[in-house]
Amino acid sequence: MAITVNGAPLELAPGSLAAILEALEYGDAIVATALNGDFVPAEERADTQVRDGDRVEILAPMQGG
Amino acid sequence: MPVFYGEIVESPLLLGTSLYPSPAIMAEAVRASACDIVTVSLRRESGSARTGQDFWGFIRDLGVRVLPNTAGCHSVKEAVTTAKMAREVFGTPWIKLEVINDAETLAPDVFGLVEAARILTDEGFQVFPYCTEDLGVAARLIEAGCEVLMPWGAPIGSARGLNNVYGLRSLRAHFPDVPLIVDAGLGLPSHAAAAMELGYDAVLLNTAVAKASDPVAMADAFARAVEAGRIGFEAGAMEPRDMAAPSTPVLGKAFLE
Repeated sequence: MAITVNGAPLELAPGSLAAILEALEYGDAIVATALNGDFVPAEERADTQVRDGDRVEILAPMQGG
Repeated sequence: MPVFYGEIVESPLLLGTSLYPSPAIMAEAVRASACDIVTVSLRRESGSARTGQDFWGFIRDLGVRVLPNTAGCHSVKEAVTTAKMAREVFGTPWIKLEVINDAETLAPDVFGLVEAARILTDEGFQVFPYCTEDLGVAARLIEAGCEVLMPWGAPIGSARGLNNVYGLRSLRAHFPDVPLIVDAGLGLPSHAAAAMELGYDAVLLNTAVAKASDPVAMADAFARAVEAGRIGFEAGAMEPRDMAAPSTPVLGKAFLE
């Protein structure tokens, strides 16, 4: 399936949001996720299916003012 | 000492973590400022570098409390979603709520701000809204559940200081029991001292320290300025007057003509 991850197009096997994080080697990195603009809590990633055309955001702690 | 949502903090200085020449200088500046709270954000994790993980490790080692922001959000939905993501990552109900209206001035969208503050308060967040000094907006934010207000001194990163001293003084007078933080626009330690002399509980700044030639020295200068301003306010300043009033006694002056 073709999805967008952090603004970049990616071709990945269909699966859950948790599987996508795994495939992208986030492992146990501290990140927060959103699917099509909606927050997906960490505990719901395994049950959240990502489909063709979906937009995934993976955010991490960063400097801020 | 300032109290934010029941948490007592020692320092009336909140410091941003952005724009420093290096992470090491940022850490040193945080220590020099003696601040208890630093602001942080969430951004896309970039490729395999995992810079966000390194940054977070760095911040945790500083032993300070974090105040995540929703910087750059222009809509209520964006800000609310970002806040939820920040709560999960940073493990705090605190959120510096920014809903931006204008890209040039980074002025807050006060209507969106009130709406987002209400939604987030209902969801258990403790909201620190980046707002203006408008009294009506302040009242709406308090109604929405905000127990702290953060009016701007001037546009973010502008170093203009307190653009509307009258408005800030008026806000302080109208809400004597609400913790107030001047957020944004400060450039000099004297700006921070002036905010504290108005009776503000704290100031939040980033660029003034990070972009100084010597950020660590500037952090120290701001720490002293907020302390001086706070003590000056508590000491009770004299009223200004238009005409001179001699400080040396007139009585007893010799006649020497």
